[in-house]
Amino acid sequence: MSTPTPVASSAPAAPAAGGESAADAAVATYLLRLADDALVLGQRLGAQLTRAPQLEEDVALANIALDLLGQAQPLLARAGQLEGRGRDEDALAFTRDEREFLNCQLVEQPDGDFAETVVRQLFFSTYQLLLLQRLVDSADEVLAGVAAKGVKEVAYHRDHAVQWVLRLGDGTEESHRRVQAALQRLWPFVGELFETDDLVRDLVERGVATDPAQLRAAWDADIDAVLTEATLQRPTARRTATGGRRGEHTECFGYLLAEMQHLHRSHPGATW
Amino acid sequence: MNGLVEHARQPERPVPPVDVERARAVASQVPDPEVPVLTVADLGILRDVAVDGGRVRVTITPTYSGCPAVGTIREDITTRLAEAGYRDVEVVTTLSPAWTTDWMSEDGRRKLAEYGIAPPQRRPGGPVALTLSLRCPHCGSPRTRELNRFGSTACKSLWVCGDCAEPFDHFKDH
Repeated sequence: MSTPTPVASSAPAAPAAGGESAADAAVATYLLRLADDALVLGQRLGAQLTRAPQLEEDVALANIALDLLGQAQPLLARAGQLEGRGRDEDALAFTRDEREFLNCQLVEQPDGDFAETVVRQLFFSTYQLLLLQRLVDSADEVLAGVAAKGVKEVAYHRDHAVQWVLRLGDGTEESHRRVQAALQRLWPFVGELFETDDLVRDLVERGVATDPAQLRAAWDADIDAVLTEATLQRPTARRTATGGRRGEHTECFGYLLAEMQHLHRSHPGATW
Repeated sequence: MNGLVEHARQPERPVPPVDVERARAVASQVPDPEVPVLTVADLGILRDVAVDGGRVRVTITPTYSGCPAVGTIREDITTRLAEAGYRDVEVVTTLSPAWTTDWMSEDGRRKLAEYGIAPPQRRPGGPVALTLSLRCPHCGSPRTRELNRFGSTACKSLWVCGDCAEPFDHFKDH
């Protein structure tokens, strides 16, 4: 067995390796994209605690949020190390401004009603599962480790979302109408998940990343199967949102960050 | 005076070699903070205890990525080892290979059931995937159903027994 790469240690931190090259900077950017997806969705789901339609769902969403937060943490720490600017995971999560966040716009979309929460979960977990299944072989050991753990967790998240979409879609007239409306509302944010750029293409060459464009066919097949069984219509996009990976976000995102970062920024170094 | 000189002449007392097996035994006994009936060794999250010079290096892995107990476990291991005389301790967390309930000891499974938590099921090794019904840890009935796929901690789901009507936690197969 090869020596596993530690993601955390109780010993005082050694001087950070990395931050030496443009290559490290590219990996750091890629890891921030993945970490920010998980962090921001975790924040959205955490805010649903006590607001879900039933107690069991409060527990479920909080558990999913916790998994996502757990995935974000080592990725942020690794990105900070590669970046070499002395920022740890907390500094990256709590002191970056809106335009420095590289998450896709789907995960920041607000929870208009429970159907939107469920559809956002279905879209993202289906994508994230396909992505992590390929990243288990990443040349970056921390990313490969996060992916291997995440695959098992995200399969469970997806299963949960599928159960709800089936129940709501093939449920009452009202639940069907709401989940169909949620599909329509969130569909424009799907395209961005599969966008690729030079940075990703370069990291695919180096064995670090996987090309999201190649996940689209499998995602479509998985989603279509669920929608058909749930008696729902596949929406049509009138437009495709884009820009999250370059730090461009929808209006709601600033409010999310204000809530997420307020404590850390108002009381730097606070502990309890 | 003479005594002092004699003492100073004695060769420096060698640092006793760190007893790695004893350190392992001490670390193994640390209970999981969320399921205190299990030790970290029972759970399979204690991956390695090694000696690096005079330092004891303990490797743990979380059950789930966001397991909030990891920080407490790290502190508990450091404290227990310090109490046993190991002052220089480092606890590192690794993610790979990913933890699985297959690493839970038989002893751990028995203790879980006695505690009232249905243990994870052994994956059938045969060619046919077979899902066995989960037995109620209170009355042993196989007539049980899942109430919620998510439970009080990341590693558990919530079930209820159709015979004794008691709800119970199930340590999820993972």
